[in-house]
Amino acid sequence: MAETLVKKFVVTRFDPDKDEAPRTESYEVPCHPDWKVLDALNHIKDEIDGSLAHRWSCRMSVCGSCGMNVNGQPTLTCKKAVSDLPDTVEVTPLANFPVVRDLVVELDGFMEKLKSVKPWIIRAKEKAVEEGPMRQSQAELEEFKQFSMCINCMLCYAACPVVANEPEFLGPAAIALGHRYSVDSRDEGAAERNEIFRGEGTVFACSYANECSEVCPKHVDPAAAVNQAKFNAVIDWAAGLVLPRGGKE
Amino acid sequence: MRAAIAAVEADPDISVALVSKVYPMRSHTVSAEGGAAGVAREDDSLEMHGFDTVKGSDFLGDQDVIQYFVEHAPKELTRLEHWGCPWSRNEDGSVATRAFGGMSTKRTWYAADKVGFHMLHSLFQHSLRFDRIVRYDEQFVTKLIVDGGQVRGVTALDIREGVVRCILGRAVVLCTGGAGKIFPFTTNGNIKTGDGMALAYRSGVPLKDMEFVQYHPTGLPGTGILITEATRGEGGHVKNKDGERFLVTRDYGVGKKAELGPRDMISRAIVQEIEAGRGIDSQYGQYALLDLTHLGEEKIDSRLPMVRELCKIYAGVDPVYEPIPIRPVVHYMMGGVDVDIDGKANGVSGLFAAGETACVSLNGANRLGSNSLTECLVFGARSGLSAVNFAKGASAGDDAALAKVGEAEQGRIDALRGKQGGGETLAGIRGDMQKAMESGCGVYREEATMQQTVRDIAELEGRYANLSLEDSSKVFNTEIVAALELENMLDCARAVSNSAASRNESRGAHTRRDATARDDVNFLYHTLCHFDPAGPRLDKKDVTLGRWEPEERKY
Ligand SMILES: Cc1cc2nc3c(=O)[nH]c(=O)nc-3n(C[C@H](O)[C@H](O)[C@H](O)COP(=O)(O)OP(=O)(O)OC[C@H]3O[C@@H](n4cnc5c(N)ncnc54)[C@H](O)[C@@H]3O)c2cc1C
Ligand code: FES
Repeated sequence: MAETLVKKFVVTRFDPDKDEAPRTESYEVPCHPDWKVLDALNHIKDEIDGSLAHRWSCRMSVCGSCGMNVNGQPTLTCKKAVSDLPDTVEVTPLANFPVVRDLVVELDGFMEKLKSVKPWIIRAKEKAVEEGPMRQSQAELEEFKQFSMCINCMLCYAACPVVANEPEFLGPAAIALGHRYSVDSRDEGAAERNEIFRGEGTVFACSYANECSEVCPKHVDPAAAVNQAKFNAVIDWAAGLVLPRGGKE
Repeated sequence: MRAAIAAVEADPDISVALVSKVYPMRSHTVSAEGGAAGVAREDDSLEMHGFDTVKGSDFLGDQDVIQYFVEHAPKELTRLEHWGCPWSRNEDGSVATRAFGGMSTKRTWYAADKVGFHMLHSLFQHSLRFDRIVRYDEQFVTKLIVDGGQVRGVTALDIREGVVRCILGRAVVLCTGGAGKIFPFTTNGNIKTGDGMALAYRSGVPLKDMEFVQYHPTGLPGTGILITEATRGEGGHVKNKDGERFLVTRDYGVGKKAELGPRDMISRAIVQEIEAGRGIDSQYGQYALLDLTHLGEEKIDSRLPMVRELCKIYAGVDPVYEPIPIRPVVHYMMGGVDVDIDGKANGVSGLFAAGETACVSLNGANRLGSNSLTECLVFGARSGLSAVNFAKGASAGDDAALAKVGEAEQGRIDALRGKQGGGETLAGIRGDMQKAMESGCGVYREEATMQQTVRDIAELEGRYANLSLEDSSKVFNTEIVAALELENMLDCARAVSNSAASRNESRGAHTRRDATARDDVNFLYHTLCHFDPAGPRLDKKDVTLGRWEPEERKY
């Protein structure tokens, strides 16, 4: 067995049934050098304190469950190596979300936001299966592929200064996912989504801080999506002034 | 999710409760990398896909099911294309397909190497358009409510609030995934604890063919993170410590298919190489190598970007320059809830199952890679429709009586929460269960160790009764969820070990050192495992043949 690194984990604890306010608890954890932060949290739960609450599942950076703030940075805990961190590691719930318990935050708000951007293919007439798959060129696929990589891990919301001030802000991931469909060659719903994006608290509320793209573990670049969505929403609106019914189609 | 969409599309008057213990987009389908099979090319045929699947199953697949599957596979994959799945494309814009183990031609649709992720998110996002699909996120189903042989709904623990509610319905479709977590070394995520199998089993539905557990040849040592078969589909080589491509140079039964042989055979080959002293030592045990270096950076980045990322983060290896350390890892349960071609569960009316939790007998003794994502769509849709048809004619239950079931469940959960028991820990029992399963139900099995595992698991059930828990909070108590999951896993582990010990032959993924041949005279049947308070009771069921006669499985 390789040598272990002993690290101190300072973890936020909060049980609304018992605690008036969040508190912290410290654990000395003997970490295997290959461990990620999530392994250390699981060690705490299995061996030291079974009452710690945190979410995880895939442990391979794809299910999006395990986002937390680690030493202040929004982080996928199953991706971040303990060996890259100082001797004291502070783990807190993702910022900018209501806390349910310990390291678990409430995501229902995001689920509503996501639905509101209509993240599905909209077509005037749906294709029948018998017609076979639609064609899509490599270039057309590239238009939206990056934005379709979002794993809904919520790190971008935790990093976003606008969400911090206005919790109602649609936010990076939801905008990126709405935009992802608008720029998909198979979709005809851009006009509908542009209408949504022209509403209050959506794309124009973004202050170009770019923090979202910096923390994104999947290189989705939500900031680019927000910018493109802004541009399209404006163009679409300007076109609407000259065309009778406006928009694409 | 596919079942829910099929149901609301079929009948404008119904609504569907989509209950999941995690947010639906966290489901473990998200981690599937390689692809989904469905005939797409001119040089392919339904006949070929059918035969490949039958042969892959070592003739234990039901042939009517396989025929239905191959026919509907391209349709379902096309439907998902219309719903926005970003399938990778050929030059001309048509959907691209790649080679996969045991498939005789390129028929696996892919979206780079994040296929499950894209399929799941496409389906989930598409499902959001239906207001009649009502989500119950982070609700843990603890029991099927069965009354007079008919299912009336489920009881679910609201993880956030700690209360148990009855979710009533005229039909229930279980799509709860596999049970890889009964083993220590697995590609499966934390949530794959066989809950649906245990729920059905406890309600009187037998579990079928549970002895067939698929080992994937290429997992990262230590974590068990999967390196997809698409690496071999794209031309990767498996090597021993001497750099020898032993699937080519030695006779492991895969013939000219070499690295594109089926999983059971390649896993066995790797174990044999290691046993012959041609593995490489590490702190995580011996391993072999998967070499992609000859594919070049461009191909790896366009076709296998996730593999490169996973190797860098979780193995400290960049596959563009170095071979990847790999060893066989528990991956997939061929067995599951015994259902017929409609998805209808054997023995409880109104209950249906699809996906990995079900055993519709598509996969028999060994699943071919990329058939199971498609299976989720094809039989998800079919069981959704079956459920609607059943629900139309079904009577409603007596709500007051059913509510009593909920109260009883609430009582059980309350008693379990923070329970002061005899000092047994979750991690202790779980670890011992996983060790026992690995020792008796590994790649190679034999009588004595299987029987030992049977006894060990039975004993662990006794220890479970002495479980002590620490978390007494009602709010987001993940410890109690883990305790319920462990109970379910013990049921699955018992079914797997008992079924395995009863099959005295080698077929597909069930390989015995002490009975090395397949025995069609005595064992060409499905194993059924029934719940009995005295211990699992085994039974048999015929295999549906018809189109293809069993023959020696050689590639
Ligand atoms: C790493 C990996 C890679 C794979 N790659 C491929 C591939 O390339 N091609 C292929 O064809 N197959 C692949 N497979 C297999 C395939 O992905 C799975 O068989 C399939 O995704 C299972 O889907 P499912 O819908 O049955 O279950 P899951 O996706 O696991 O979903 C189960 C759902 O049930 C819910 N649930 C479970 N228990 C409860 C409960 N008690 N209460 C409430 N909800 C519950 C869960 O929350 C979840 O939402 C792979 C598997 C793994 C692990
Ligand atoms: S556990 Fe799935 S992303 Fe970390």
